[in-house]
Amino acid sequence: MTKSSEIRIPANEITVAKRSDASIVVVGNPNSGKSTLFNRLTGLKQRIGNYPGVTVERHIGFLKTADSTTELVDLPGTHSLSAHSLEEHIAVDVIFGRMEGTKPPDGILAVLDATNLYQGLFLVQQLTELELPTVVALTMTDAAEKSGIQVDTAELSALLGVPVYPVVATTGAGLDLLRSAIAGIRDLTPPRRIRVWPELIEAAARLAQDSSEPLRFAELERLLIDGPTESNKGIVSKLSDTARAQLPGVREELFESEPPIARDARIRYTWVRTVLDKVQKKAPVFVSWRTRVTGFFNKPVPGTLGLFVVMAIVFQAVFAWATPLMDAIDASASVLGAAVFERLGDTAFSSLIADGVIAGVGSVVIFLPQILILFLFIILLEDSGYLARAAYLMDRAMRSVGLSGQSIIPMISSFACAVPGIMATRVIPNRRDRIATIMAAPFMTCSARLPVYALLIAAFVPATKVGFMNLQGLVLLGLYLFGIVMGVLTALLMRKTTLRGPKPPFALMLPEFRRPNLQTVMIQLLGRAKVFLKRAGTVIFAVAVVVWALAYFPRSDGVNPDLDSNTAAAVQMEQSWLGRAGKVVEPVFEPLGWDWRVSSAVIAGFPAREVVIAVLGTVYAVGDEADEGTLSGRLKAATRPDGSPVFTLPMVVGLLIFYACCLQCAATLAIIRRETNTWRWPVFAWAYMTVIGYVGALLAFQIGSA
Amino acid sequence: MAINGNTLATLKRGQKAIIRAIDAADPQVQRLMVLGLVEGTEVEHASSAIGGDPIEFRLFGCGISLRQEHARRFKVAPVAVGD
Repeated sequence: MTKSSEIRIPANEITVAKRSDASIVVVGNPNSGKSTLFNRLTGLKQRIGNYPGVTVERHIGFLKTADSTTELVDLPGTHSLSAHSLEEHIAVDVIFGRMEGTKPPDGILAVLDATNLYQGLFLVQQLTELELPTVVALTMTDAAEKSGIQVDTAELSALLGVPVYPVVATTGAGLDLLRSAIAGIRDLTPPRRIRVWPELIEAAARLAQDSSEPLRFAELERLLIDGPTESNKGIVSKLSDTARAQLPGVREELFESEPPIARDARIRYTWVRTVLDKVQKKAPVFVSWRTRVTGFFNKPVPGTLGLFVVMAIVFQAVFAWATPLMDAIDASASVLGAAVFERLGDTAFSSLIADGVIAGVGSVVIFLPQILILFLFIILLEDSGYLARAAYLMDRAMRSVGLSGQSIIPMISSFACAVPGIMATRVIPNRRDRIATIMAAPFMTCSARLPVYALLIAAFVPATKVGFMNLQGLVLLGLYLFGIVMGVLTALLMRKTTLRGPKPPFALMLPEFRRPNLQTVMIQLLGRAKVFLKRAGTVIFAVAVVVWALAYFPRSDGVNPDLDSNTAAAVQMEQSWLGRAGKVVEPVFEPLGWDWRVSSAVIAGFPAREVVIAVLGTVYAVGDEADEGTLSGRLKAATRPDGSPVFTLPMVVGLLIFYACCLQCAATLAIIRRETNTWRWPVFAWAYMTVIGYVGALLAFQIGSA
Repeated sequence: MAINGNTLATLKRGQKAIIRAIDAADPQVQRLMVLGLVEGTEVEHASSAIGGDPIEFRLFGCGISLRQEHARRFKVAPVAVGD
């Protein structure tokens, strides 16, 4: 054992020497209650960052006792030390101490779910081979007892060779003992090796024979099972030349013709079953509410209907509950802006503060109600175990469009707002699926498209009855369906071209329903809000200020002071950079039937599509049109210099198609950048959607006007 | 390895069976073995989505969802009712 030479600090000196350098990793299966336990141990003060180059979050917290501080790193859930997904690769790399920017762990806190010892022990047994001091936290002991499972912890501890502490993370029972065990983890002897698979141990010993430096057994074992992969390069380089030459032969002898992972799984699970026979005692089960609920939702039809009800509630909540809050944010931004003008007068500075900074902050904060409400639901659904079931129920339908069941929540969420929808794609483990979903999400009709649709439909679509429906409602419905079709086609197209690849594995764990933990829900919710404000908020804010500057400068000196404020604003708009840009690009949009005013409104709307209404309101507030009271009236009355109307039906249809397709949302672009970790995807999405919108509007206008 | 007869895909709702042989050539099947679907394990068909695909199996208290195409790779011996 390599650690036996380590100098031990006698127990009585620990209080004198304040130690704060131990760093341990928290490892466990997904859904093992790992994060709840981590939050319980470390409290609200966590450092959330990212592992280098990937979007996997790194959670670090500290466990403080009277005389020590231990750093806890909460790793992504994993089933085995043979990594499968990106998350598992990261967990395994950190455990083996080969993750850039993260120090090798001094010990392991293994989280074992008492209701799922079968898969849990498969992982914990592998962890005991790492030659690191290890403590096992046996979680969900209350839920296990309720479902009739009693675990003999003393026997389990003896069989594993590591201390086992039963805890209930939700109530805090057993946590004090666990805390002191973690604080003293460095004084623990690493566990003895369990002879689960003697031939593997012998093969590893043969490889280690002539090596000049000490080799870790666990790494040799992974090399034997997974072969000389990228992750195992380090250990391969440490082998002696003879051992390196022997490797293929040793592997062949060990696994014969069987896939190594398959044999490894069979042998370890056989051992797990013998352990289960010894430590797990089944008591008579009485039917709990969980079992009854699960039983009902297990039937295919009630299950699917239940899913639709849940989705409808989520959609309604995000759509309806957020609106008053968003209106309030909008109104306070206007009030604040007006107050600034009142105090500071109408200067460039006050306009910067009011129309640039306050409006910019407002355009960031306005997303928060939707994000918080949607994520509250998603976190509740995820923590209660329902999200996995939703993915399972919808898998077949989503597969027919080239995605998998996990895409359903992000897609539905995007009807409210693509920003939280795209953030929600994190539940999709397969990268190709995830990017295809991200590309499809912005086509869903979000709540910012709705006011634009509503304005144009109210102004130009007659409210005639078609059957039992109103034509205006029908057009709106058509636009929603159009978005869905475009999104689905995009996902299909991408999965068939740039994102072509093997079908993602669909081995989904379906946990029992359980009550979510409030603290964990709140920590996750705050984390999401912070991520949005920090990463997307900065971009949105910057863009808002730039648009303000484009509309404000250059100032015209020659504006006639006699003009009323509406007309003055319109004149300023015309000669601002934005207005000039509208005139410059007018030839580009001319084939779509747009004049310079529509063009500059559309340009102004690229950072945030709903802005188009405000800009249209300003540019059409001049001349004859200004006599019309409402904006839709003004749009109807708008004419070109030759007297012909600007807003003809083909032009309006084209404009609607343009809006349905275009990615006019800086927040969405910022969040795509953030979630894919490259500018490639947001740039592609923007160009792709703009081209489709333009071509669609062109066809509508040209065919309609012909 | 050709697998005939009873497989995880032929089980009916509520039926229990013990896995006897696995066609493990497909990496996705190997992944399912890492999740605990190995020879000698008793599994129960718990539910299916509309259309019978995917299928939910329960083993030692945990639920795993499998697609039909993968379920066919696991040859099983059904456990007699009443066990």
